[in-house]
Amino acid sequence: MSTSSSGTQLSTKHLLGIKYITTEDIIKICKMATEFKEVINRPIKKVPSLRDVTIANVFFENSTRTRVSFELAERRLSADIVNFSASSSSVNKGETLLDTVNNILAMKVDMVVMRHPAPGAHHFLAQHIDANIINAGDGTHEHPTQALLDAFSMMEKIGDLRGKNILIVGDVLHSRVALSNIYCLKKLGANVKVCGPPTLIPPFLKELGVEVEYDIKKALKWCHVANVLRIQLERQDIKYIPSIREYSQYFGINKKMVDDVNKDIIIMHPGPINRGVEISSDLADSGYSIILDQVENGVAVRMAVLYLLAAIK
Amino acid sequence: MEQGRIILTHDRLLLTLERLALSIAESSAGEKGICIIGIQEKGAFFSDQVVTRYQNLPQVIPFEYGKIDITFYRDDFRRRESPLKAYGTDMPFLVEGKKVILIDDVLYTGRTIHAAMAALLDFGRPASIELMCLVDRRFNRHFPIQADHVGITIDSVEEAYVKVHWDPKAKNHHVILYPGKV
Repeated sequence: MSTSSSGTQLSTKHLLGIKYITTEDIIKICKMATEFKEVINRPIKKVPSLRDVTIANVFFENSTRTRVSFELAERRLSADIVNFSASSSSVNKGETLLDTVNNILAMKVDMVVMRHPAPGAHHFLAQHIDANIINAGDGTHEHPTQALLDAFSMMEKIGDLRGKNILIVGDVLHSRVALSNIYCLKKLGANVKVCGPPTLIPPFLKELGVEVEYDIKKALKWCHVANVLRIQLERQDIKYIPSIREYSQYFGINKKMVDDVNKDIIIMHPGPINRGVEISSDLADSGYSIILDQVENGVAVRMAVLYLLAAIK
Repeated sequence: MEQGRIILTHDRLLLTLERLALSIAESSAGEKGICIIGIQEKGAFFSDQVVTRYQNLPQVIPFEYGKIDITFYRDDFRRRESPLKAYGTDMPFLVEGKKVILIDDVLYTGRTIHAAMAALLDFGRPASIELMCLVDRRFNRHFPIQADHVGITIDSVEEAYVKVHWDPKAKNHHVILYPGKV
Protein backbone atom coordinates (compact mmCIF):
# COMPACT_ATOMS: atom_id res chain seq x y z
CA MET A 1 0.00 0.00 0.00
CA SER A 2 1.27 3.48 -0.81
CA THR A 3 0.04 5.37 2.24
CA SER A 4 0.20 5.18 6.01
CA SER A 5 -2.29 6.23 8.66
CA SER A 6 0.14 7.77 11.11
CA GLY A 7 -1.35 10.61 13.08
CA THR A 8 -4.04 12.07 10.87
CA GLN A 9 -7.02 11.36 13.09
CA LEU A 10 -8.66 14.27 14.92
CA SER A 11 -9.22 14.10 18.67
CA THR A 12 -12.93 14.82 18.27
CA LYS A 13 -15.96 13.58 16.39
CA HIS A 14 -17.52 17.06 16.12
CA LEU A 15 -16.25 20.54 15.36
CA LEU A 16 -18.19 22.55 17.93
CA GLY A 17 -15.59 25.27 18.40
CA ILE A 18 -11.85 25.91 18.34
CA LYS A 19 -11.90 25.90 22.16
CA TYR A 20 -12.66 22.19 22.13
CA ILE A 21 -10.00 20.98 19.68
CA THR A 22 -6.26 20.60 20.19
CA THR A 23 -3.36 22.45 18.58
CA GLU A 24 -2.49 19.18 16.81
CA ASP A 25 -6.02 19.04 15.38
CA ILE A 26 -5.60 22.55 13.95
CA ILE A 27 -2.30 21.61 12.35
CA LYS A 28 -3.71 18.37 10.93
CA ILE A 29 -6.65 20.24 9.40
CA CYS A 30 -4.33 22.87 7.86
CA LYS A 31 -2.03 20.17 6.42
CA MET A 32 -4.97 18.33 4.89
CA ALA A 33 -6.29 21.66 3.52
CA THR A 34 -3.03 22.09 1.59
CA GLU A 35 -3.80 18.82 -0.21
CA PHE A 36 -7.36 19.89 -0.96
CA LYS A 37 -6.19 23.26 -2.25
CA GLU A 38 -4.26 21.35 -4.92
CA VAL A 39 -7.42 19.36 -5.71
CA ILE A 40 -9.60 22.46 -6.19
CA ASN A 41 -7.06 23.89 -8.62
CA ARG A 42 -7.17 20.83 -10.89
CA PRO A 43 -9.10 20.73 -14.18
CA ILE A 44 -11.58 18.34 -12.50
CA LYS A 45 -11.99 19.74 -9.00
CA LYS A 46 -13.68 16.76 -7.45
CA VAL A 47 -12.65 13.63 -5.55
CA PRO A 48 -14.90 10.69 -4.64
CA SER A 49 -13.97 10.40 -0.93
CA LEU A 50 -17.37 11.18 0.62
CA ARG A 51 -19.54 9.50 -2.03
CA ASP A 52 -21.44 7.43 0.56
CA VAL A 53 -21.86 10.30 3.03
CA THR A 54 -24.97 12.47 3.29
CA ILE A 55 -24.63 15.93 4.78
CA ALA A 56 -27.42 18.22 5.96
CA ASN A 57 -26.72 21.95 5.84
CA VAL A 58 -29.05 23.35 8.49
CA PHE A 59 -29.05 27.14 8.58
CA PHE A 60 -31.23 28.84 11.17
CA GLU A 61 -29.55 32.17 10.37
CA ASN A 62 -28.84 33.91 7.10
CA SER A 63 -25.61 33.06 5.38
CA THR A 64 -24.32 33.35 1.85
CA ARG A 65 -20.58 32.85 1.83
CA THR A 66 -20.32 30.18 4.54
CA ARG A 67 -23.22 28.17 3.12
CA VAL A 68 -21.91 28.34 -0.44
CA SER A 69 -18.40 27.50 0.74
CA PHE A 70 -19.60 24.46 2.72
CA GLU A 71 -21.81 23.36 -0.14
CA LEU A 72 -18.95 23.59 -2.63
CA ALA A 73 -16.62 21.73 -0.26
CA GLU A 74 -19.22 18.98 0.14
CA ARG A 75 -19.81 18.70 -3.60
CA ARG A 76 -16.08 18.64 -4.35
CA LEU A 77 -15.86 15.64 -2.00
CA SER A 78 -18.82 13.97 -3.81
CA ALA A 79 -21.11 13.97 -0.74
CA ASP A 80 -24.91 14.00 -1.06
CA ILE A 81 -26.39 17.22 0.27
CA VAL A 82 -29.65 18.27 1.90
CA ASN A 83 -30.12 22.01 2.32
CA PHE A 84 -32.40 23.32 4.96
CA SER A 85 -33.03 26.87 6.08
CA ALA A 86 -35.17 28.11 8.92
CA SER A 87 -37.30 30.40 6.80
CA SER A 88 -38.64 27.49 4.75
CA SER A 89 -38.96 24.98 7.58
CA SER A 90 -41.30 23.84 10.29
CA VAL A 91 -39.27 25.79 12.84
CA ASN A 92 -41.70 28.61 12.15
CA LYS A 93 -44.51 26.22 13.07
CA GLY A 94 -43.11 25.69 16.58
CA GLU A 95 -40.94 22.59 16.12
CA THR A 96 -37.99 22.23 18.53
CA LEU A 97 -34.38 22.10 17.35
CA LEU A 98 -34.00 18.48 18.46
CA ASP A 99 -37.16 17.39 16.64
CA THR A 100 -36.13 19.21 13.49
CA VAL A 101 -32.70 17.61 13.41
CA ASN A 102 -33.95 14.17 14.45
CA ASN A 103 -36.37 14.27 11.54
CA ILE A 104 -33.52 15.06 9.19
CA LEU A 105 -31.39 12.31 10.72
CA ALA A 106 -34.20 9.77 10.30
CA MET A 107 -33.59 10.25 6.60
CA LYS A 108 -30.10 8.72 7.17
CA VAL A 109 -27.92 11.80 7.29
CA ASP A 110 -24.32 11.25 8.45
CA MET A 111 -23.16 14.81 9.14
CA VAL A 112 -24.86 18.05 10.11
CA VAL A 113 -23.43 21.47 9.28
CA MET A 114 -25.42 23.95 11.35
CA ARG A 115 -25.64 27.68 11.90
CA HIS A 116 -27.84 28.74 14.80
CA PRO A 117 -28.44 32.07 16.57
CA ALA A 118 -28.19 30.48 20.05
CA PRO A 119 -24.66 30.03 21.45
CA GLY A 120 -24.20 26.40 22.46
CA ALA A 121 -26.93 24.97 20.21
CA HIS A 122 -24.36 22.60 18.73
CA HIS A 123 -23.31 21.26 22.12
CA PHE A 124 -26.91 20.49 22.91
CA LEU A 125 -27.29 18.68 19.61
CA ALA A 126 -24.04 16.74 19.98
CA GLN A 127 -25.31 15.29 23.25
CA HIS A 128 -28.49 14.01 21.66
CA ILE A 129 -27.71 12.80 18.17
CA ASP A 130 -25.26 10.44 16.59
CA ALA A 131 -24.13 12.33 13.47
CA ASN A 132 -20.92 14.39 13.19
CA ILE A 133 -21.78 18.03 13.90
CA ILE A 134 -19.95 20.99 12.44
CA ASN A 135 -20.53 24.46 13.81
CA ALA A 136 -20.98 26.99 11.00
CA GLY A 137 -21.58 29.78 13.53
CA ASP A 138 -23.54 29.87 16.78
CA GLY A 139 -24.73 33.36 17.72
CA THR A 140 -21.90 35.46 19.13
CA HIS A 141 -19.98 32.39 20.34
CA GLU A 142 -17.81 30.59 17.75
CA HIS A 143 -17.29 30.19 14.01
CA PRO A 144 -14.53 27.57 13.96
CA THR A 145 -14.12 27.01 10.22
CA GLN A 146 -13.63 30.76 9.68
CA ALA A 147 -10.84 30.78 12.29
CA LEU A 148 -9.24 27.73 10.69
CA LEU A 149 -9.30 29.27 7.22
CA ASP A 150 -7.95 32.55 8.63
CA ALA A 151 -5.08 30.72 10.35
CA PHE A 152 -4.43 28.67 7.19
CA SER A 153 -4.35 31.85 5.07
CA MET A 154 -1.96 33.54 7.52
CA MET A 155 0.37 30.53 7.60
CA GLU A 156 0.35 30.43 3.81
CA LYS A 157 1.71 33.98 3.79
CA ILE A 158 3.96 34.22 6.86
CA GLY A 159 4.59 30.58 7.85
CA ASP A 160 4.66 29.51 11.49
CA LEU A 161 2.50 31.81 13.63
CA ARG A 162 4.52 31.35 16.83
CA GLY A 163 5.60 34.77 18.07
CA LYS A 164 3.78 36.63 15.26
CA ASN A 165 1.63 39.64 16.11
CA ILE A 166 -1.97 39.37 15.00
CA LEU A 167 -4.40 42.27 15.37
CA ILE A 168 -8.17 41.91 15.39
CA VAL A 169 -9.97 45.20 14.71
CA GLY A 170 -13.61 46.06 15.20
CA ASP A 171 -16.71 44.66 16.84
CA VAL A 172 -15.08 41.99 19.00
CA LEU A 173 -18.03 41.85 21.39
CA HIS A 174 -20.50 40.53 18.83
CA SER A 175 -18.06 38.65 16.65
CA ARG A 176 -17.92 34.87 16.75
CA VAL A 177 -15.11 35.14 14.21
CA ALA A 178 -13.05 37.13 16.74
CA LEU A 179 -13.53 34.61 19.56
CA SER A 180 -12.72 31.60 17.38
CA ASN A 181 -9.72 33.46 15.92
CA ILE A 182 -8.43 34.28 19.40
CA TYR A 183 -8.67 30.63 20.54
CA CYS A 184 -7.06 29.41 17.31
CA LEU A 185 -4.23 31.97 17.21
CA LYS A 186 -3.38 31.52 20.89
CA LYS A 187 -3.23 27.74 20.39
CA LEU A 188 -0.85 28.29 17.48
CA GLY A 189 1.38 30.48 19.66
CA ALA A 190 0.65 33.91 18.15
CA ASN A 191 0.44 37.19 20.10
CA VAL A 192 -3.06 38.57 19.79
CA LYS A 193 -4.19 42.16 20.28
CA VAL A 194 -7.64 43.61 19.68
CA CYS A 195 -8.52 47.16 18.78
CA GLY A 196 -11.94 48.81 18.78
CA PRO A 197 -14.26 51.11 20.71
CA PRO A 198 -14.28 50.24 24.46
CA THR A 199 -18.00 49.46 24.28
CA LEU A 200 -17.33 46.72 21.71
CA ILE A 201 -14.42 45.07 23.56
CA PRO A 202 -15.63 42.35 25.95
CA PRO A 203 -14.19 42.39 29.50
CA PHE A 204 -13.03 38.73 29.54
CA LEU A 205 -10.22 39.16 26.99
CA LYS A 206 -7.42 39.40 29.58
CA GLU A 207 -8.24 35.87 30.74
CA LEU A 208 -7.65 34.67 27.20
CA GLY A 209 -4.23 36.34 27.12
CA VAL A 210 -5.30 39.05 24.69
CA GLU A 211 -4.13 42.65 24.91
CA VAL A 212 -6.32 45.65 24.12
CA GLU A 213 -5.25 48.76 22.21
CA TYR A 214 -7.52 51.71 21.50
CA ASP A 215 -5.25 53.57 19.08
CA ILE A 216 -5.52 52.01 15.63
CA LYS A 217 -2.29 53.60 14.35
CA LYS A 218 -0.25 52.18 17.24
CA ALA A 219 -1.92 48.81 16.76
CA LEU A 220 -1.06 48.73 13.04
CA LYS A 221 2.57 49.50 13.82
CA TRP A 222 2.67 46.50 16.16
CA CYS A 223 1.09 43.86 13.95
CA HIS A 224 2.14 41.47 11.15
CA VAL A 225 -1.46 40.70 10.25
CA ALA A 226 -4.62 42.78 10.76
CA ASN A 227 -7.92 40.91 10.66
CA VAL A 228 -10.63 43.55 10.20
CA LEU A 229 -14.17 42.77 11.35
CA ARG A 230 -17.52 44.15 10.33
CA ILE A 231 -19.65 46.22 12.69
CA GLN A 232 -22.59 43.92 13.32
CA LEU A 233 -25.45 46.37 13.54
CA GLU A 234 -27.99 43.56 13.34
CA ARG A 235 -26.76 42.12 16.65
CA GLN A 236 -26.79 45.44 18.51
CA ASP A 237 -29.89 45.94 20.60
CA ILE A 238 -28.57 49.20 22.05
CA LYS A 239 -26.29 51.89 20.65
CA TYR A 240 -22.69 50.84 21.26
CA ILE A 241 -21.20 53.55 19.05
CA PRO A 242 -22.44 57.09 18.42
CA SER A 243 -22.44 56.70 14.64
CA ILE A 244 -20.97 54.66 11.82
CA ARG A 245 -19.21 57.81 10.64
CA GLU A 246 -17.49 58.31 13.98
CA TYR A 247 -16.51 54.63 14.12
CA SER A 248 -15.02 54.91 10.66
CA GLN A 249 -13.01 57.98 11.65
CA TYR A 250 -11.49 56.35 14.73
CA PHE A 251 -11.17 52.69 13.73
CA GLY A 252 -11.59 52.52 9.95
CA ILE A 253 -8.41 51.54 8.07
CA ASN A 254 -7.32 52.92 4.72
CA LYS A 255 -4.35 52.31 2.43
CA LYS A 256 -2.47 55.43 3.51
CA MET A 257 -2.48 54.32 7.14
CA VAL A 258 -0.94 50.98 6.15
CA ASP A 259 1.54 52.66 3.76
CA ASP A 260 2.63 54.97 6.61
CA VAL A 261 3.52 52.01 8.83
CA ASN A 262 6.13 51.21 6.20
CA LYS A 263 6.15 47.44 6.54
CA ASP A 264 4.31 44.55 4.87
CA ILE A 265 1.10 44.09 6.81
CA ILE A 266 -1.36 41.45 5.70
CA ILE A 267 -4.94 42.70 5.70
CA MET A 268 -7.73 40.19 6.17
CA HIS A 269 -11.50 40.42 6.43
CA PRO A 270 -13.96 37.56 6.96
CA GLY A 271 -16.62 39.36 4.90
CA PRO A 272 -19.08 40.74 4.14
CA ILE A 273 -17.14 44.00 3.77
CA ASN A 274 -18.69 47.36 4.49
CA ARG A 275 -16.51 49.40 2.17
CA GLY A 276 -15.74 52.81 3.59
CA VAL A 277 -16.71 51.83 7.15
CA GLU A 278 -14.16 49.44 8.69
CA ILE A 279 -11.96 49.24 5.61
CA SER A 280 -11.57 51.56 2.62
CA SER A 281 -11.96 50.35 -0.95
CA ASP A 282 -8.38 51.23 -1.89
CA LEU A 283 -7.06 49.02 0.92
CA ALA A 284 -9.48 46.12 0.34
CA ASP A 285 -8.42 45.96 -3.31
CA SER A 286 -4.71 46.57 -2.66
CA GLY A 287 -1.76 44.18 -2.58
CA TYR A 288 -1.92 44.13 1.24
CA SER A 289 -5.29 42.40 1.17
CA ILE A 290 -5.70 38.61 1.02
CA ILE A 291 -9.48 38.73 1.31
CA LEU A 292 -10.10 36.69 -1.85
CA ASP A 293 -7.41 34.14 -0.87
CA GLN A 294 -9.38 33.65 2.33
CA VAL A 295 -12.49 32.79 0.30
CA GLU A 296 -10.58 30.27 -1.85
CA ASN A 297 -8.93 28.73 1.20
CA GLY A 298 -12.33 28.50 2.88
CA VAL A 299 -13.38 25.74 0.50
CA ALA A 300 -10.12 23.79 0.98
CA VAL A 301 -10.24 24.09 4.78
CA ARG A 302 -13.88 23.01 4.93
CA MET A 303 -13.07 20.04 2.68
CA ALA A 304 -10.33 19.08 5.15
CA VAL A 305 -12.68 19.39 8.14
CA LEU A 306 -15.42 17.35 6.46
CA TYR A 307 -12.96 14.70 5.26
CA LEU A 308 -11.24 14.25 8.62
CA LEU A 309 -14.49 14.20 10.62
CA ALA A 310 -16.25 11.86 8.19
CA ALA A 311 -13.49 9.33 8.74
CA ILE A 312 -14.67 8.97 12.36
CA LYS A 313 -17.99 7.13 12.35
CA MET B 1 9.62 -9.46 14.99
CA GLU B 2 9.95 -12.33 12.57
CA GLN B 3 12.98 -12.37 10.35
CA GLY B 4 12.48 -11.33 6.71
CA ARG B 5 14.13 -12.78 3.64
CA ILE B 6 15.81 -10.61 1.00
CA ILE B 7 14.19 -11.36 -2.34
CA LEU B 8 16.00 -8.65 -4.33
CA THR B 9 19.55 -7.69 -3.40
CA HIS B 10 21.08 -4.32 -4.18
CA ASP B 11 23.01 -5.51 -7.25
CA ARG B 12 20.12 -7.47 -8.63
CA LEU B 13 17.74 -4.54 -8.03
CA LEU B 14 20.01 -2.19 -10.03
CA LEU B 15 19.87 -4.59 -12.97
CA THR B 16 16.10 -4.83 -12.63
CA LEU B 17 15.82 -1.01 -12.70
CA GLU B 18 17.90 -0.89 -15.91
CA ARG B 19 15.70 -3.54 -17.49
CA LEU B 20 12.48 -1.75 -16.52
CA ALA B 21 13.77 1.55 -17.95
CA LEU B 22 14.53 -0.24 -21.21
CA SER B 23 11.12 -1.89 -21.06
CA ILE B 24 9.45 1.56 -21.10
CA ALA B 25 11.60 2.58 -24.07
CA GLU B 26 10.69 -0.62 -25.92
CA SER B 27 6.94 -0.45 -25.28
CA SER B 28 6.68 3.24 -26.15
CA ALA B 29 8.75 3.11 -29.35
CA GLY B 30 6.87 4.89 -32.12
CA GLU B 31 4.75 6.97 -29.70
CA LYS B 32 4.86 10.78 -29.95
CA GLY B 33 5.13 11.19 -26.21
CA ILE B 34 4.32 9.40 -22.98
CA CYS B 35 3.47 10.23 -19.38
CA ILE B 36 5.21 8.42 -16.56
CA ILE B 37 3.32 8.66 -13.28
CA GLY B 38 4.43 7.32 -9.89
CA ILE B 39 1.90 6.56 -7.17
CA GLN B 40 2.60 8.44 -3.91
CA GLU B 41 4.35 7.83 -1.72
CA LYS B 42 6.37 4.62 -2.00
CA GLY B 43 5.62 4.06 -5.67
CA ALA B 44 7.11 7.49 -6.36
CA PHE B 45 10.46 6.50 -4.76
CA PHE B 46 10.53 3.59 -7.24
CA SER B 47 9.41 5.70 -10.21
CA ASP B 48 12.17 8.26 -9.43
CA GLN B 49 14.74 5.48 -9.82
CA VAL B 50 13.22 4.21 -13.08
CA VAL B 51 12.83 7.69 -14.60
CA THR B 52 16.45 8.63 -13.78
CA ARG B 53 17.60 5.58 -15.77
CA TYR B 54 15.04 6.05 -18.55
CA GLN B 55 16.08 9.63 -19.30
CA ASN B 56 19.73 8.57 -19.59
CA LEU B 57 18.93 6.08 -22.33
CA PRO B 58 19.94 7.11 -25.86
CA GLN B 59 17.10 8.36 -28.07
CA VAL B 60 14.22 8.37 -25.59
CA ILE B 61 10.94 9.81 -26.81
CA PRO B 62 9.68 12.98 -25.05
CA PHE B 63 8.00 12.25 -21.75
CA GLU B 64 6.31 14.00 -18.87
CA TYR B 65 6.82 12.82 -15.31
CA GLY B 66 4.35 13.27 -12.48
CA LYS B 67 3.37 11.89 -9.12
CA ILE B 68 -0.17 11.14 -8.14
CA ASP B 69 -1.66 10.85 -4.65
CA ILE B 70 -4.63 8.48 -4.44
CA THR B 71 -5.65 9.01 -0.81
CA PHE B 72 -8.96 10.70 -1.71
CA TYR B 73 -9.83 7.97 -4.23
CA ARG B 74 -9.34 4.96 -1.97
CA ASP B 75 -12.29 2.60 -1.51
CA ASP B 76 -11.62 2.00 2.19
CA PHE B 77 -12.38 5.53 3.49
CA ARG B 78 -14.60 5.28 6.63
CA ARG B 79 -13.73 1.60 6.81
CA ARG B 80 -10.43 2.16 8.58
CA GLU B 81 -9.62 3.13 12.14
CA SER B 82 -8.26 6.52 11.11
CA PRO B 83 -8.01 8.63 7.96
CA LEU B 84 -4.90 8.25 5.80
CA LYS B 85 -2.26 10.87 5.30
CA ALA B 86 -2.15 12.47 1.86
CA TYR B 87 1.18 13.01 0.12
CA GLY B 88 0.43 15.57 -2.57
CA THR B 89 -0.13 15.29 -6.29
CA ASP B 90 2.37 16.81 -8.68
CA MET B 91 0.85 16.53 -12.13
CA PRO B 92 1.45 19.78 -14.03
CA PHE B 93 0.07 18.28 -17.26
CA LEU B 94 -3.04 16.55 -18.63
CA VAL B 95 -3.02 12.93 -19.77
CA GLU B 96 -5.64 13.52 -22.48
CA GLY B 97 -4.95 11.25 -25.48
CA LYS B 98 -1.53 10.18 -24.17
CA LYS B 99 -0.04 6.84 -23.28
CA VAL B 100 0.52 6.54 -19.53
CA ILE B 101 2.95 4.31 -17.65
CA LEU B 102 1.64 4.03 -14.10
CA ILE B 103 4.23 2.98 -11.53
CA ASP B 104 3.87 1.45 -8.05
CA ASP B 105 6.31 -0.53 -5.96
CA VAL B 106 4.20 -3.54 -4.94
CA LEU B 107 1.14 -4.92 -6.77
CA TYR B 108 -0.97 -6.97 -4.40
CA THR B 109 -4.78 -6.68 -4.13
CA GLY B 110 -5.01 -4.25 -7.04
CA ARG B 111 -7.07 -1.74 -5.03
CA THR B 112 -4.35 0.91 -5.07
CA ILE B 113 -4.07 0.63 -8.85
CA HIS B 114 -7.85 0.79 -9.20
CA ALA B 115 -7.89 4.01 -7.16
CA ALA B 116 -4.94 5.38 -9.13
CA MET B 117 -6.75 4.84 -12.43
CA ALA B 118 -9.83 6.63 -11.04
CA ALA B 119 -7.57 9.53 -9.98
CA LEU B 120 -5.81 9.56 -13.34
CA LEU B 121 -9.08 9.94 -15.25
CA ASP B 122 -9.57 13.28 -13.46
CA PHE B 123 -6.60 14.56 -15.48
CA GLY B 124 -8.11 13.68 -18.88
CA ARG B 125 -8.83 10.58 -20.95
CA PRO B 126 -5.55 8.77 -21.59
CA ALA B 127 -5.10 6.81 -24.83
CA SER B 128 -3.91 3.83 -22.79
CA ILE B 129 -2.49 2.97 -19.38
CA GLU B 130 0.27 0.44 -18.74
CA LEU B 131 1.22 -0.69 -15.26
CA MET B 132 4.74 -1.14 -13.96
CA CYS B 133 5.52 -2.63 -10.58
CA LEU B 134 8.70 -3.72 -8.88
CA VAL B 135 7.15 -6.65 -7.02
CA ASP B 136 4.11 -8.53 -8.30
CA ARG B 137 2.48 -10.63 -5.56
CA ARG B 138 0.53 -13.03 -7.73
CA PHE B 139 -1.98 -14.32 -5.19
CA ASN B 140 -4.86 -12.57 -3.47
CA ARG B 141 -5.78 -10.11 -6.21
CA HIS B 142 -9.17 -8.46 -5.51
CA PHE B 143 -9.54 -6.91 -8.96
CA PRO B 144 -8.73 -8.16 -12.48
CA ILE B 145 -5.57 -6.03 -12.73
CA GLN B 146 -2.24 -7.24 -14.14
CA ALA B 147 1.09 -5.46 -14.55
CA ASP B 148 2.69 -4.96 -17.98
CA HIS B 149 6.22 -4.36 -16.68
CA VAL B 150 7.29 -6.42 -13.68
CA GLY B 151 10.53 -6.41 -11.66
CA ILE B 152 10.03 -9.68 -9.82
CA THR B 153 7.04 -11.97 -9.41
CA ILE B 154 6.57 -13.74 -6.09
CA ASP B 155 4.09 -16.23 -4.66
CA SER B 156 3.39 -15.46 -1.02
CA VAL B 157 0.74 -16.20 1.59
CA GLU B 158 -1.79 -13.53 2.57
CA GLU B 159 -0.08 -12.72 5.90
CA ALA B 160 3.25 -12.04 4.23
CA TYR B 161 4.46 -8.48 3.79
CA VAL B 162 6.81 -7.04 1.19
CA LYS B 163 8.96 -4.04 2.05
CA VAL B 164 11.06 -2.13 -0.46
CA HIS B 165 13.99 -0.26 1.08
CA TRP B 166 15.43 2.69 -0.83
CA ASP B 167 18.77 3.73 0.58
CA PRO B 168 19.22 7.54 0.45
CA LYS B 169 22.93 6.97 -0.28
CA ALA B 170 22.02 4.49 -3.08
CA LYS B 171 24.39 1.90 -1.65
CA ASN B 172 21.95 -0.65 -0.28
CA HIS B 173 18.57 -0.79 -2.01
CA HIS B 174 16.81 -4.10 -1.41
CA VAL B 175 13.44 -5.83 -1.14
CA ILE B 176 12.51 -7.99 1.86
CA LEU B 177 9.68 -10.49 2.21
CA TYR B 178 8.46 -10.85 5.80
CA PRO B 179 6.32 -13.82 6.85
CA GLY B 180 3.99 -11.50 8.84
CA LYS B 181 3.09 -7.80 9.05
CA VAL B 182 6.01 -5.76 10.37
